[in-house]
Amino acid sequence: MCLGIPGQIVRITDRDRQMAIADVSGVRREVSVACVAGNDIDALIGAWALIHVGFAMALIDEAEAAATLEALRDLGEAQETLAAMAEGAAALEEVRP
Amino acid sequence: MNLIDDFRDPARAKALLTAIDVVTGEIGATAENPVHIMEICGGHTHAIFRYGLDKLTPPGVEFIHGPGCPVCVLPMSRVDECIEIAERPEVIFTTFGDAMRVPGTRGSLMQAKAAGADIRMVYSPLDALELARRNPDREIVFFGLGFETTTPSTALSIQAAAREGLGNFSVFCNHITVPPPIRALLDDPDMVLDGFVGPGHVSMVIGTHPYDFIAEDYGKPIVVAGFEPLDLLQSVLMVLRQIRDGRACVENQYARVVPEFGNPVSLAAIADVYEPRPSFEWRGLGEIDASGLRIRDAYRMYDAESKFGVGYGKGAPRVVPEPEGCACGAVMTGRMKPTACPQFGRGCTPEMPLGALMVSSEGACAAYYQYGGARALEAAE
Ligand code: SF4
Repeated sequence: MCLGIPGQIVRITDRDRQMAIADVSGVRREVSVACVAGNDIDALIGAWALIHVGFAMALIDEAEAAATLEALRDLGEAQETLAAMAEGAAALEEVRP
Repeated sequence: MNLIDDFRDPARAKALLTAIDVVTGEIGATAENPVHIMEICGGHTHAIFRYGLDKLTPPGVEFIHGPGCPVCVLPMSRVDECIEIAERPEVIFTTFGDAMRVPGTRGSLMQAKAAGADIRMVYSPLDALELARRNPDREIVFFGLGFETTTPSTALSIQAAAREGLGNFSVFCNHITVPPPIRALLDDPDMVLDGFVGPGHVSMVIGTHPYDFIAEDYGKPIVVAGFEPLDLLQSVLMVLRQIRDGRACVENQYARVVPEFGNPVSLAAIADVYEPRPSFEWRGLGEIDASGLRIRDAYRMYDAESKFGVGYGKGAPRVVPEPEGCACGAVMTGRMKPTACPQFGRGCTPEMPLGALMVSSEGACAAYYQYGGARALEAAE
């Protein structure tokens, strides 16, 4: 929850809401790019960002993304984040207990 | 096995460790008379243990584990309030998974879920917004937890809900901020702190200037650090050099991610949605002035506290004593090592945490516990 995870922006899904699809270690999910979009949201396609709880918070270069991901894997945080993303997706479908 | 083999660039790690050795010697710090460096962020605590940095650095350097794990500083009464909200039949209570096992006086959110409350772990407040769209007949409450790294996410989500007119979404805001507890620790006459390793991802949002007071008012060095192991060693070296040279300033080791003035969009959203509370309770640290945030009146309809009449300063007594035999407070302030707590590994383990420091891998007790096996082996060799 505290450490961001690198993801690559692959597609803009909603210009008004500033939402995009990011590829995080092979998992695709919709994230907000409001904090990094600037004036040209399309320029984000292909860019790497540190993603915190579904929000791209800083743009980073590819080498930094790779190094960060490795550090997160070492700490077990990458796996935890991917599991949390899966939980999030499941929570949407969950029916009331 | 040599701990250094774990580093991706052992040569650089060795060079940094040698430099740290030299500077520690120049300062004259020894095991009996060490320099105390606090790593504020729980992510750093975790990395220090994962790489055994506390063992690799000379005995003259002592790490004090700071209050930067939001799960660990969450008081029992906040957990109780979450459960109180979650038990309402119309509510779907959403939270980061990290908070699920934090013990409250009536058990944890995990236990409340097992007992029938509709509590769902989500990855992002965006998931909670989506739940609100899909379940117009339910009240979706998101548990806003964390420091400045997660605060923008809930602020932006509240703004989005307001734009969409989503009336069934609210945030139970328990966001906290990093600088006030640091000031409180510096004001504590019992604390001996010679310098700080500052949080990287918090600083990515707030920039480096909120730490100016540490250097200017208290004359202590702080270096904002990344969380890769070499980042941490480099930052410790930078702190030690400042101490040796009698300097105190805010340095940024993580400039590749942390802009001097932070992230303007995030800061604007935080300022728009939140305002400081007069004071807020921290587990182990007590009440700290202006250390928590609440939702401004303009966004009142998205504030679970006013929607459900539950929350900080409402109802039950604010401060609930910690469980019997728990030394979380002393560990939190660096007065006691986790292993010195009588409950450590006995009444308190990561599977069955008694205290909050055992809940998250960023908590000092869980980090000690998790890497204790490897460390004991190492010591035996
Ligand atoms: S071992 Fe458990 S009870 Fe003791 S200080 Fe750590 S978290 Fe608290």
